[in-house]
Amino acid sequence: MSGTLPLWVEVLVALLLLASGALCVTAAVGFLRLRDFFQRMHPPALANTLAAWCAALASVIYFSVLDAQFALYPLVINILLAITAPVTTVLLARAALLRKREAGAAVPPPLHDDSGAHG
Amino acid sequence: MTTVLSATILAALACYSLAMVLTLVRLLRGPSAQDRVLALDFLYVNGMLVMLVLGIRFASSMYFVAALLIALFGFVSSAALAKFLLRGEVIE
Repeated sequence: MSGTLPLWVEVLVALLLLASGALCVTAAVGFLRLRDFFQRMHPPALANTLAAWCAALASVIYFSVLDAQFALYPLVINILLAITAPVTTVLLARAALLRKREAGAAVPPPLHDDSGAHG
Repeated sequence: MTTVLSATILAALACYSLAMVLTLVRLLRGPSAQDRVLALDFLYVNGMLVMLVLGIRFASSMYFVAALLIALFGFVSSAALAKFLLRGEVIE
């Protein structure tokens, strides 16, 4: 089984996997360090889109070369994530808005600090 | 599988594990309930990526099915928890 893959395929898969891992760590660091919940909603989108696409593309390339036929099934995961991630995000944002308003916070914050400047 | 690819797979798995640990810190420390739900959703995505990479590592497409199931159950649990935070009940 060893040595059946060309080197450029292995390098390509390796680069995609490294990019996916680095993007996931970036998203996790952002998720840990950002201050507000509405800011913290953004980093997981990085893992939902770019990291998942990189991992799925690496899987597609690897299995296509390994089995000598097109193996496009890992892209199903990306389709599923593209449908489900916005639903989760919208539901969580609405829940956070409701809970923060019930707690008495003025969310979302105003866009400008200079109140009254714009009619 | 040469040493390049196996070393890269180990590095990617280490990255995912680090991301899961950082998310776990947020899950345990998160000031509000929605932070914890979001951290759980992110944990599910990380576990799904781990499954995809393990599928490449062992050259088996059965891991893909596991990844798909993890993604599906992650969405269902996150949606149910968000709905619970929104309304106080899951099914109405």
